[in-house]
Amino acid sequence: MATTPVDNTYSDIDNTGEDPQERAPLVTGGHDFTSVTESVCRITEREKTPTAWYVAFAISLSLLGVLGLMVAYLFLTGVGVWGVNNPVGWGWAIVNFVFWVGIGHAGTLISAILFLFRQKWRTGINRFAEAMTIFAVACALIFPGIHVGRVWLAYWMGPLPNQMQMWPNFRSPLLWDVFAVSTYGLVSAMFWYMGMIPDLATLRDRAKTKLRAFFYGLFALGWRGSNRQWERYERAYLLLAALATPLVLSVHSVVSFDFAVSQLPGWHTTIFPPYFVAGAIFSGFAMVMTLAIPTRQFLGLKHIITPRHLENIAKIILLTGSMVGYAYGIEFFIAWYGRNPYESFAFESRAFGPYAWAYWTMIACNVISPQLFWFKFCRKNIWVMFAISIVVNIGMWFERFVITVTSLSMDFLPSSHGYYTPTWIDILTFAGSFGLFFTLFLLFLRFLPVVAMAEVKSVMPQAHLVHGEHRGLGDYWGDMPGQHEEKGEQHLKPKTTEDKA
Amino acid sequence: MSGVDTTPATIEEVPKKLWGYLVEFEDAAELVSAAERVRDAGYKNWDAHTPFPVHGLNDAMGLRPTRLPFLVFGAGATGCLVGLALQFFTNAVDYKYIISGKPFFSLPANIPVTFELTILFSATAAFAGMLVLNNLPQWYHGLFHSRRFARVTADRFFISIESRDPLFEEQRTKALMESLGSGGEVEAIWEEE
Repeated sequence: MATTPVDNTYSDIDNTGEDPQERAPLVTGGHDFTSVTESVCRITEREKTPTAWYVAFAISLSLLGVLGLMVAYLFLTGVGVWGVNNPVGWGWAIVNFVFWVGIGHAGTLISAILFLFRQKWRTGINRFAEAMTIFAVACALIFPGIHVGRVWLAYWMGPLPNQMQMWPNFRSPLLWDVFAVSTYGLVSAMFWYMGMIPDLATLRDRAKTKLRAFFYGLFALGWRGSNRQWERYERAYLLLAALATPLVLSVHSVVSFDFAVSQLPGWHTTIFPPYFVAGAIFSGFAMVMTLAIPTRQFLGLKHIITPRHLENIAKIILLTGSMVGYAYGIEFFIAWYGRNPYESFAFESRAFGPYAWAYWTMIACNVISPQLFWFKFCRKNIWVMFAISIVVNIGMWFERFVITVTSLSMDFLPSSHGYYTPTWIDILTFAGSFGLFFTLFLLFLRFLPVVAMAEVKSVMPQAHLVHGEHRGLGDYWGDMPGQHEEKGEQHLKPKTTEDKA
Repeated sequence: MSGVDTTPATIEEVPKKLWGYLVEFEDAAELVSAAERVRDAGYKNWDAHTPFPVHGLNDAMGLRPTRLPFLVFGAGATGCLVGLALQFFTNAVDYKYIISGKPFFSLPANIPVTFELTILFSATAAFAGMLVLNNLPQWYHGLFHSRRFARVTADRFFISIESRDPLFEEQRTKALMESLGSGGEVEAIWEEE
């Protein structure tokens, strides 16, 4: 057992400086492969589970129990227990669904899109962000599953042969959604698991009990770091990233079609797909930050999830938050410019009608609060970042509430205007979905490799064939497989490449 | 067990045969130049083992690019056709019904599901194809007999040459491997008959 001294190498080291002469280190504190392995593995290997974990797990599990009770009550009674009414036939169920699906998007953005863009800092956070994606999609899928009324007939959503000899309507965006979200869930799970295979093998090889050796061995599938396997593995990883990138953009676009393809003022707009995708990434990154700050703090991962990682996340929140703010503005502009009285009425009542409180909460949280990230101080202070990330999560939930409820409550006919109020069942079901999310997330933190160790090692300076060489040859994980094939001959003789630097 | 434990696994009284030789390296650059020498010596059943993908090693080992992309493309094309056929059969042939005056089959309305199935089929092919081409899962492998090989998933680099290689000769292969390493001894791996 190699004992790596746990000293200040795990503490915060400011690497947020912008010095063009020098690349900021991705892993701080002078670590090598051994100590990175050690610092990640010790999280799941500690013999005694920390009390804090039990406390958090107990709270999450209780909330999950609440979700179970609420769903059982709903099934036994009917959707009348929710606050949905006529005209607001879509209440919190769809709001929560869009909220959770949106959160998932950041995980795929980090694992796929940042991979294609060679953003090597993603390696520190991609594993838990992908886990977040899968758990968020699991939470999201509950809501369309339970909101159908007669849940025992939920399988009608799939194209299954049945005794009525009927098929689902493929011209409906709701069915597109079934395909989009389930594909998204499956592809994210495969991507996550595949990325984890080498790290599960690490845990297998370090296992000290038979039980751990058996289970990690089972799921590591006999991985042995063979380069013949790595070659196919990396190609498969690149292909999955290339497939997940259009997929993630399509998923929230399809979710937005649920609204945009209908005829309702406030929903029937072409800006919805890009606006929803930007909002999804915005909310997802806020959730990544909400999870990253306590995770790095309590699990001793400050050297891998460095202040610079958090700063980058803050910058993405600022960017996507501004895009969302722009979309809010354009919606109003088009409502005015289009001269459609119903459309302008929908937007007037959004901002100044009975739901003005929700609308201005949304604006304050989503448009104004992230603007604080223009200031470096706010991008470096974890308390400010944590607070803003929570505020953004709240704001993005309100955005979906505003979109769904305001348009439905006041549409064409004034005689059918109405006001929607959730019931306590609605509220507890939503709270319960956080129970499911955090229960899964805590189990993940305790039993699985929280950081993609193999990927982190590949972006460390020691992984470079020639130390100190900075022309991209050493950027292993980030390079396209085969990218250096034509200059392979020089590359094969690493000691003679100085002249190319 | 990240500790250095180089004692060979205990050999019990069962018939053993030589699986191959294993040699350890401390860093990636050394591994790459060693791999070139094994490649040039003409071995076929040999491999390099690393904790993370080391680029340049594919060329150094003389590996050809994998066929995986063709598999994925085939699966994607299948998914696309399955998506179109499914929607055409269910909504335009087997169970026609008019809804909002929309045509029974029209590409714009049928693109989303076709697209999703294309992605689903190709992603599954990328994942499953990687496992199948890599012979995974493979829970037993001769190399797992070596104790120090456990560090391959943490911080060490290895080259192994299998005894089933046509060029394998105990003395010559061992001599070649001894000349590669950074002073590390060459480990003989035995497995049960």
